[in-house]
Amino acid sequence: MNGYLHLPWLELSIACPIIAAIVCWRVKNESLARNIALIACLLTFLLTFGEWFDFMTLETFSAQDSNSVVFFLFGTEYFVIDELTAPLLFRVALLFGLTIAATMRSKASRFSVVRTLLAEAIILAVLSCSSTLLLCLLLALSTILPWYEMRLRGHDTSVFSLCMSLHLGLMFVGTLLVWLGHGQPLPTNLGAGLLVLSAMLRAGIFPGHFWIVDLFEKCTFGTAILFVAPMTGAYFVMRLVLPVVPIWALHWIAVLSLSTALYAAAMALVQSEARRFFAYLFISQSSLVLAGLELANPIGMTGALCIWLEIGLSLGGLALTLRAVESRIGRISLEQYHGLFDQMPHLGSLFLFTGLASIGFPGGLAFVGMELLVEGTVEVYPLVGTIIVLATAINGVALLRAYFRIFTGTRHVATVSIAARPAERLVTITLSLLILAIGIWPGSAIHSRYHAAESLLKIRQESGIDRGSESSEPASHPPSDESKNSANH
Amino acid sequence: MLMAICALLVVAPPAALALNMGLSLLLGYRPSERRLALSTQATVVLSSIAAATLLINMLLTDQVQYTLDIGRWVDLPVEHFHFSVKFLFDRLSIPFVILSLVLCGVISAFANRYLHRDEGYTRFFLFFVIFLLGIVVTSVAGTIETMFLGWELVGLSSALLVAFFHNRVNPVANGLRVWTIYRFADGAFLFAALVLHHLTGGGDLNLMMGSKPWPESACVLDSSHALIVGLLLLVAAAGKSALVPFSGWLPRAMEGPTPSSAIFYGALSVHLGAYLLLRVGPMLEQSPTLQWIIIALGGITAVYAGLVGRVQTDVKSALAFASLLQVSIIVVEIGFGLRYLALIHIIGHASMRSLQLLRAPSLLRDHRRLEDNIGYMERTKETTRSDSALTPLRIWRYRFAMERGYLDTILDDWIATPFLRLFRWFDGLERRVVKFLSIGGGRAVAKKPSESDEMEAS
Repeated sequence: MNGYLHLPWLELSIACPIIAAIVCWRVKNESLARNIALIACLLTFLLTFGEWFDFMTLETFSAQDSNSVVFFLFGTEYFVIDELTAPLLFRVALLFGLTIAATMRSKASRFSVVRTLLAEAIILAVLSCSSTLLLCLLLALSTILPWYEMRLRGHDTSVFSLCMSLHLGLMFVGTLLVWLGHGQPLPTNLGAGLLVLSAMLRAGIFPGHFWIVDLFEKCTFGTAILFVAPMTGAYFVMRLVLPVVPIWALHWIAVLSLSTALYAAAMALVQSEARRFFAYLFISQSSLVLAGLELANPIGMTGALCIWLEIGLSLGGLALTLRAVESRIGRISLEQYHGLFDQMPHLGSLFLFTGLASIGFPGGLAFVGMELLVEGTVEVYPLVGTIIVLATAINGVALLRAYFRIFTGTRHVATVSIAARPAERLVTITLSLLILAIGIWPGSAIHSRYHAAESLLKIRQESGIDRGSESSEPASHPPSDESKNSANH
Repeated sequence: MLMAICALLVVAPPAALALNMGLSLLLGYRPSERRLALSTQATVVLSSIAAATLLINMLLTDQVQYTLDIGRWVDLPVEHFHFSVKFLFDRLSIPFVILSLVLCGVISAFANRYLHRDEGYTRFFLFFVIFLLGIVVTSVAGTIETMFLGWELVGLSSALLVAFFHNRVNPVANGLRVWTIYRFADGAFLFAALVLHHLTGGGDLNLMMGSKPWPESACVLDSSHALIVGLLLLVAAAGKSALVPFSGWLPRAMEGPTPSSAIFYGALSVHLGAYLLLRVGPMLEQSPTLQWIIIALGGITAVYAGLVGRVQTDVKSALAFASLLQVSIIVVEIGFGLRYLALIHIIGHASMRSLQLLRAPSLLRDHRRLEDNIGYMERTKETTRSDSALTPLRIWRYRFAMERGYLDTILDDWIATPFLRLFRWFDGLERRVVKFLSIGGGRAVAKKPSESDEMEAS
């Protein structure tokens, strides 16, 4: 069931940051550019909220813009909102806005608002794109901005370039093979295999996780957060991998994802730098999301989608807190105690709150999400569910260790106040309230994620991939196209 | 209707206070000491009155069990997954929740004076209120998931209060150790909850323990399932109650301020493991093997605590091990199926130990006053031994006790250190791979973590 939004929300939300980026690029005054970017982000946020609200009133699985300019120009609609992406678009717009708002003026020269606005437009376009080819192009485009920043800062880009080139190459070849396969087992299976490898690289599944740690070490914290936090890798799996890969292969990837979650959790525990700690914590949590999606059962997928929604907010908040601390004392070593709590109690509390919410502590949506995920995993592999419990336990220890190292253990002496600024407080309060609200009343969020999971599985069922795997006849076309095209008209 | 209101008033005030206090601090509003103390005490009094009214009402109406069903927090009927929020008031939960509320009230009044004008006053009360909510929810939880929720809140507040004096390294390191043990024990609890969910189709404690009220209830699980779930819950209980081999954290937890030591490690938190075993008591009886394991664990811990407690040189540590000794005896009682005895033992012991811990800072003064009142006490026994009495066995026993049974050393050397070393090796390997792949090097290769990290992290 498809519908039309009452306004061209999707196109407006993508166009708004692009226009703002052009204006900011022309403006020489950094402070003015920042203010313009903030207004644009606020507007984009309101537009994504509007499209979500409008979409909910339609009560359909997917909807597209009415009076669409893209449709007028190209004769087909490329941007669609559905139950999976509606809250994700809202969350992405919120995260970009809050990141720009929390950026200190003194750091404005290092953190480009023009590139950030462009990145926002690209990510929003990725999450609402209905065309497979355009999605691949947008995913490729999104990798250029962090790469450019690394080059600009004089850092080596080899690891990032290598991983992303491999990911993009595999993605394009895989998509092409599946598309040209026309039901022939060999090219389609080969294409599906390449897409799996590509997705594993993008999502940071072992051993393709190097680039995430490298990115956090070499980019500005803000750029790195905004590149990884929307979890485009998971989205790639949902749109391109899930419809073409047989169930047995998905289950094996799920086991690999769970192993990555455990490995990354243990790695987070032994890190000596806050950025690396965060990178591994993120890999661990995002691997859990990926594992849930690959279980391809409604309960596991619902759990994964809940965690996806939650960690975007909570890990985003944790990263913004670390970034705020870093902007005051420089890179944070976890080899020594910094004792910053007395100087910045607000940031200390938020670090703990967002961190605990991200690892599935009671009070956050991830708590229920973890239960659903374990339940879904136990359905497939009864003993593998222990990995999730173990990974979460280790993440909890790593988190508290980082908290103690940064905020306690000694008394930090500062000659000037290093407490959180009003803008940072506003950002952190907004995120905390949102996390708390969703955590206390998770019912509607879970039902919406459950419907999204059911719809995705229905698309997979319609593609006949599991029937194909049983009779060794794989699907003929990438179902993302099929499903999305059916939404177009 | 009265029952429902009373039951709601037992749980709602601590939840409202915790939420209110958390939001106030988040929004930058710092309540005064007076307001904090008053609101905490009012909450405790309100909940206590509600619990007492509920008890009286149940006694008058001859009702032995009342369940308050708040509803389904999460409900996916097609998947048979629901997360119910239920509170169960019966012959086990009501005495325990009243005990918890009374002791929390006493401790909050004590802490109000003890921490007056301390810079961490607000922080203490925030953690205290989280603990209060956690212990109340755990006590009256009607589903295993609700119990886990409270269990986690108790664990977090305990660890943060151990690290209360956070400008020093030792309390912080000890807080991390307590948290580490708790996390793994909580993992076992969560897994037990999920297995139970899977086996019985829901997390309701009533459903698992049959239709009869505690303690006559009969478990619906068969012997082998009861053994698996019971062992997982035993690990959770051992972690929370500091049974062997997790006993090492108990004396370390005394780094926190005296009120928190009293409430957590003397009175309530340390008994939570035993409470959990009591709650699932009917399930334990399904498996004789499990019962014998519980008795053995309790017995070993009792011998350990008795030995180690005798050589402690500070009063808080001595009290911690004395507390552990009693808890382990309670566990043995539960193993033998003496549920009422165990419940009475918990109540009596928690009350007495709280008093002892609260008086611990003024122990010498109390002794002096006692001697002044009863007059000079002539020592009748020789308190030192001659060298000839120091046999090798005695020396070994003394060293064993002084080293607290080498439990921490064993956990560190056999589990924590090899685990950390392995992943440090992986970390080094990853750095070398990145260095190999990087053409320019640059900041890609951060310096390797030093060994100094190992000690604290382990």
